[in-house]
Amino acid sequence: MFKKIASLVLALVMILGACLALGSCGGGNDTVKAALICLHGDSSTYDKNFIDAFKTACEKKGVEYTYITDIDEKTICYDKAADFADQGYDVVFADSFGHEPFMLQAAKEFPNVQFCHATGTMAHTENVSNFQNSFASIYQGRYLAGVAAGLKLLELYDTDNDGAIADEEAKIGYVGAWPYAEVVSGYTSFFLGVRSVVANATMEVRYTNSWYDEAAEKTTALALIDNGCKLISQHADSMGAPTACEERNIPNVAYNVATGKNTFVIASRIDWVPYFEYMLDCVINGKDIDTDWTGTLANGAVKITALGAAAAEGTQEKLDEIAAKLKDGSLKVFDCSKFTVKGDHLTEYMADVDTDAGFTADTNVIKTENGVTFFDESTFRSAPYFDIRIDGITEVQ
Amino acid sequence: MDNQQKKQAQVKKEPFFRLVKRDTLPVGKVILIYAIAIVGSLLLSSIICSAFSDKNPLQFFSSLFGGAFGSSRRIWLLLQDTALLLGVAIALVPAFKMKFWNLGGNGQILVSCLAAVACMYYLGGKIPDFLVIILMTVTSILAGAIWGVLPAIFKALFNTNESLFTLMLNYIASGLVAMFISIWVKSGSGVLYPLPNGHFPNLFGSKYLLTIIVFFALAVLMFVYLKYTKQGYEISVVGDSPNTAKYIGIDVKKVIIRTMIISGALCGVVGLFVAGSIEHTVSTASANNMGFTAIMATWLAAFNPLIMMGTCGFIAFVDKGMMEVRSAFGFTNDSIANIVIGLVYFCVIACSFFITYEVKFRKPEARSTKTEGGKPL
Repeated sequence: MFKKIASLVLALVMILGACLALGSCGGGNDTVKAALICLHGDSSTYDKNFIDAFKTACEKKGVEYTYITDIDEKTICYDKAADFADQGYDVVFADSFGHEPFMLQAAKEFPNVQFCHATGTMAHTENVSNFQNSFASIYQGRYLAGVAAGLKLLELYDTDNDGAIADEEAKIGYVGAWPYAEVVSGYTSFFLGVRSVVANATMEVRYTNSWYDEAAEKTTALALIDNGCKLISQHADSMGAPTACEERNIPNVAYNVATGKNTFVIASRIDWVPYFEYMLDCVINGKDIDTDWTGTLANGAVKITALGAAAAEGTQEKLDEIAAKLKDGSLKVFDCSKFTVKGDHLTEYMADVDTDAGFTADTNVIKTENGVTFFDESTFRSAPYFDIRIDGITEVQ
Repeated sequence: MDNQQKKQAQVKKEPFFRLVKRDTLPVGKVILIYAIAIVGSLLLSSIICSAFSDKNPLQFFSSLFGGAFGSSRRIWLLLQDTALLLGVAIALVPAFKMKFWNLGGNGQILVSCLAAVACMYYLGGKIPDFLVIILMTVTSILAGAIWGVLPAIFKALFNTNESLFTLMLNYIASGLVAMFISIWVKSGSGVLYPLPNGHFPNLFGSKYLLTIIVFFALAVLMFVYLKYTKQGYEISVVGDSPNTAKYIGIDVKKVIIRTMIISGALCGVVGLFVAGSIEHTVSTASANNMGFTAIMATWLAAFNPLIMMGTCGFIAFVDKGMMEVRSAFGFTNDSIANIVIGLVYFCVIACSFFITYEVKFRKPEARSTKTEGGKPL
């Protein structure tokens, strides 16, 4: 018996040895290697957006690549990032906010590898040369999506074509992930887009306290619909809210994905291909990557999807017109004359731009240019810092 | 059909097969059966994974073993994961031996992790680090013990169902963690970044070694405790028959409560190391579901803490290996990997069934002889 086991073990070890020998072949040192770390898999619309863009950019640039999904915002993120560095990868990208401290930790340990992180806030103050943040001015896309939503409300309820609808028909709902600046900035810009079309629009926001929780997102959307919301949008990464809307025949404005459902109006999304291409070019050519890169409508990172089945007529023309104004800067999304906070228009606002544990407000982000006073989002750093609760939006905790 | 024929038809219905408990198999044979099950299930897994990608089964094995043993970092992490899981397994085993189904490992780890992080959050930087670490140790072990003893008290006094009770406490623990994070994290992001103080020291320059040594040592102690001490004996008597325990003068309530304090406190040690040595922060995912995964490790090891070193190592190996397979095979989510992991566990658990029981089929000739005189032979 012992001999049998011994020979079995020996055989296994030999197979293992052969496997490892085969596995370690290939992959010279000259090609650039890039790795992507994702919080979830492709069932999350947010992560799928990164995976697809990463594949596209790497294949276009002829870069060897790999990715790993379902990596929690824990030390395992550092373990994977460091492991990629061990394996000779030249650049590692992580896609979730909570991955940041772990990417930074890896960056400090491996100065010759680039560590890039989406949605983070620390790169511009940490001064670690191989650690970078990136994000896009998605508020521009959300504003456009809001305009499409407003037009949809008009199409549904403005039967006498006077451009106005009743207050209860102007109530919309928003499924948020966390009560965090990224989400607040997103829903406020969406709301301002709606308001630019429907002046008396109001919005109810409910949080799921998770970036990805399909069941919670669905029940939250249903609760909003039950509470009288006529249109739903979301900043959460699953198909929960779109599914709820489809069940109740309520128009839905999505994020990062064209849901293809009958109630789908439009989605705003960040196209990460421009950043990934830029990042890979820098690595291939040995140049420094921008410490804090912001994508915009102008550089192609902020996108809106093709209109869905539920979009109102004439939406595309209107969106083209507004997108042009946003691109040339003649229209500001957070124009302070367009919204009030507790009844007043903002003239100064100190935001927490330089991240610290105390959440200290450190920078005045209100600017005036060409006679327009506006909240200057995503210029002091790429990640959003608009965390003001404006009038017309109710948060239900 | 007359009565006689009906009777005959009824007695003919002897089951096609039946299960018979085996005599104990020799250890060598048992190991061989397990080895075959593992190799077989991995071969099957390699075929499944290859079917869903452009890679071949050989690459599956290279990734699987490479992912677990491919570099010194990977080996350390494998050992660290093994040690943590072993910590939970030895925490659960005294309760299980007592037939007290502690399904609250996750909650017990979470509250102790929370307690340790609370010390780091409120005291870190204000008092010397070694004091923070001492306080972390005391509070987190205490928190785990309280979370463990609560259901035990209710079980001992009111005979409540401990499975449900411990499960429910998991949700409360998770809610508590979420609540404290929302208090501590002012930005509302729901992510508490790792805290700078109260980190456990490196041992011989390795940040993994302390965790590994502590839990492997605790496993040996648990083995001795269960096998050679009076308390260990009491636990197995209470588990086998509470009435017997009562008649021979064992205070069953006391044993239940005492054992669950130990069980919860050991989960507390796991939470302490998760907070102090590995994560330096807390989230609702801090327990990493080890409270449930460890259940399998204890059963596969037949409640023997020394064998658990192997079963925990195997679970950690499959986990680490499959992570590399996912990456190497280009899977864009973890569902195929989870199917494979489930399949491997299924094969291993199934073979443990066949080691305990033997399947006996009805003998063909029995059909004609069995019904003579209307009685089964």
